[in-house]
Amino acid sequence: MADLSTLFAGRIRCPNPFWLASGPPANCGDQVMRAFDAGWGGAVWKTLGEPIVNVSSRYSSVDLNGQRMMGLNNIELITDRPLDVNLREIGEVKKRYPHHAVIASLMVESRREAWHEIVRRSEDAGADGLELNFGCPHGMSERGMGSAVGQVPEYCAMITEWVKEVARTPVLVKLTPNITDIRRVARAARKGGADGLSAINTINSITGIDLDTFIPRPNVDGLSAHGGYCGPAVKPIALHMVQQIAVDPEVGLPVSGIGGISGWREAAEFLLLGCQSVQLCTAPMHWGFRIVEDMIDGLKNWMDEKGFRTVEDFRGLSLPRIQDWKDLNLNYKIVARIDPDTCIGCDLCYIACWDGAHQCIHIDGHASPESFAEASRRRIATTPIPKLDGVAENGSHKTPPERIPCVDEDECVGCNLCWLVCPVEDCISMERVETGLPAQSWEQRMESKC
Amino acid sequence: MEASRCLFCFDAPCTAACPTHIDVPRFIKKIATGNLRGSALTILDSNLLGLSCSRVCPVDVLCEGACVMHRYNKQPIEIGRLQRAAMDWFYAHNPSLPVAPENRAKRVACIGAGPASLACAAELRRRGYPAVIFDRNPLPGGLNTYGIAEYKLRPPDSLKEVELVRSMGVEFRLGVEAFAKIEAIECEFDAIFLGIGLGPTHRLGIPGEDLPGFIDALRFIADYKTSSIPVGRRVVVIGAGNTAIDAATAAKRLGAQEIHIVYRRGEAEMPAFEYEYEIAKLDGIVFHWWTQVKRIHGSESVESIECARPDGTIFNLACDMVIPAIGQSRLVDFLARCRGVEVREGRVVINRETGQTENRKYFAGGDCVNGGREVVDAAADGKRAGIGIAQWLEADHG
Repeated sequence: MADLSTLFAGRIRCPNPFWLASGPPANCGDQVMRAFDAGWGGAVWKTLGEPIVNVSSRYSSVDLNGQRMMGLNNIELITDRPLDVNLREIGEVKKRYPHHAVIASLMVESRREAWHEIVRRSEDAGADGLELNFGCPHGMSERGMGSAVGQVPEYCAMITEWVKEVARTPVLVKLTPNITDIRRVARAARKGGADGLSAINTINSITGIDLDTFIPRPNVDGLSAHGGYCGPAVKPIALHMVQQIAVDPEVGLPVSGIGGISGWREAAEFLLLGCQSVQLCTAPMHWGFRIVEDMIDGLKNWMDEKGFRTVEDFRGLSLPRIQDWKDLNLNYKIVARIDPDTCIGCDLCYIACWDGAHQCIHIDGHASPESFAEASRRRIATTPIPKLDGVAENGSHKTPPERIPCVDEDECVGCNLCWLVCPVEDCISMERVETGLPAQSWEQRMESKC
Repeated sequence: MEASRCLFCFDAPCTAACPTHIDVPRFIKKIATGNLRGSALTILDSNLLGLSCSRVCPVDVLCEGACVMHRYNKQPIEIGRLQRAAMDWFYAHNPSLPVAPENRAKRVACIGAGPASLACAAELRRRGYPAVIFDRNPLPGGLNTYGIAEYKLRPPDSLKEVELVRSMGVEFRLGVEAFAKIEAIECEFDAIFLGIGLGPTHRLGIPGEDLPGFIDALRFIADYKTSSIPVGRRVVVIGAGNTAIDAATAAKRLGAQEIHIVYRRGEAEMPAFEYEYEIAKLDGIVFHWWTQVKRIHGSESVESIECARPDGTIFNLACDMVIPAIGQSRLVDFLARCRGVEVREGRVVINRETGQTENRKYFAGGDCVNGGREVVDAAADGKRAGIGIAQWLEADHG
């Protein structure tokens, strides 16, 4: 059976790589202990600092076709509980769960003494590590903290240095994605002496506007403010940024991956891009701590199936598979093939190819989608009534052959669009065709022309 | 949300299967985006009787039967229910439809105020032609008002559709026996649409048909829906079509204690739709297959009915009401007065695309053409004829 035990940055041990991210689920000791009981490997405590006052309401979401919270936005600030209480609870948790990771997320004003003090107090309370919150994009940034620091590499390096002057435990810097090139801040964190990185924090967002009141959500007494966006919708952005810092030779730090993880599959993806642990917030906010059970179970079963004994066996395995576009093989050709036996005749691939791609899927006997639809409109249909029609009704639901599209393989560019829109699994397959040409990238082609 | 389950097929099979070709994915998408008015107008653009069709259509053999989800091992989209939601919204929010100004000199008469004529007249109004609907009944709507089981379509819903057509500027002349005035109508109008449906229920030709307690199924349903009617304690319905089942379930609602359906053929031959049969069984109606009715006994009113099985055994069912529902006769006499209109096997012969008959001034649609199908078939016939008439008046008459 696969072993999920984790060692982050060489010093933080925990039973698995699944951590609660700094946020509402890790707000107090009781929550963190219940999470550990449910199976979570670690928790990054809701950011400590000078207690603040929050507004109500605080969250808003983007739903998609009945799926709630595809994206979540929040305007909640750091902890609103007294520092003493949080520190005391950190101590209690560590006493009762010595083998789980408890990381203190920190954010104070940009003064060396303020940082020194909070670092000392957090470590004295028993934290296994520190996460510097340079990423929070709303509210705190207006006061010169959070992403206001994370967007300026020099500030990031400076405060990291201050922290490292006194820190005894590993220091992670949490990066904001609200920046042109995340590598610049990651390099600054490295320069400041960080032991690891957490990425990504939330993305600046306005989730939507109420079309009756014209007030954007979340509504705070008739006004709204931009918030931080997270949840399943942000995963692709997070994966890209994680990959960028993972392969950058000037960064070279362990990464705790964050952004849109809701189960073991997404967790595996972040691990395949080199992360040493992953953090979740929206998913436990949506479904509760219990989701970790399938994360552990599912990841272990997948590892067993693939023959991986530990996370280290596959961590970073996909990194070499991401290269620059100029390195891709121009002579690789795939084409779409439609299986007529499983095709249900929705013809979504047909219209997608015509309107959104390269006009290489066809319906027999029709020169365009318009002529196809027009023929149907002209057909006279009646309710089948066996007594009047003299024929038994045809109860079969087989796809009429005239609705099954076919691909012109010479014209097909292998873009994948039809395969993406097809609602039936394995009905359209993208298959390799031999071009008879050796692999050649754009860069090689340019070089050979010189 | 059911609406978001729709795949939005291109050239969708549900649309092709609908006789009126409602753009089903389009109206469902509009429900999903919260554009309910747009959804309703999409439906009504193809089928003015979208409200009644959403309640009475046999969707299993039409749109929902054609849904690609069947081939995907999934439940078909509940198109009927979604259409009902859009129609209910529309009729609850100041229903109105755009019409063209009445700028055409040519006028059209529609005989019969049922679904076919309503659809035809609406189509004409959309094209600027004045239309007048005649009906011998006091209430418009035809079988939608008088003939469809109450649980499927209540008269007020049928009349909502009539009001929508009236709001488009269509004139109604009710309680008029057009039959007797056809020459005058021919003089007054430039084209005539026949949406006259079928005649009364066939006679059985057995002794006892004139006894009190013997009542034609359509009359029975009409009275049930529009006035009050006494029901027997024990009722026998003859026939096993959809109308027979409507009559039997109506009798049940009126309080009959024992209801029998007598049918001369077997369960497999029964013309009623499967779901109608299920409803009847749920109502506890007793079916007698392969049973011929011989005579009705009674001194002052119906007392029993004598039946025969194929093996010759005779039995009596005690009853105080007999409702024949063995199909409607053709309105042959009426049609004989419409000179030049070809009638074959009791049905008016038309060009299917335009609704035009052999007499070019006459167009026809609905049950009198198709032999008795569904509301949606009548609506489709009426729509095609409305377009056909407008095109003919424009081209032929200037």
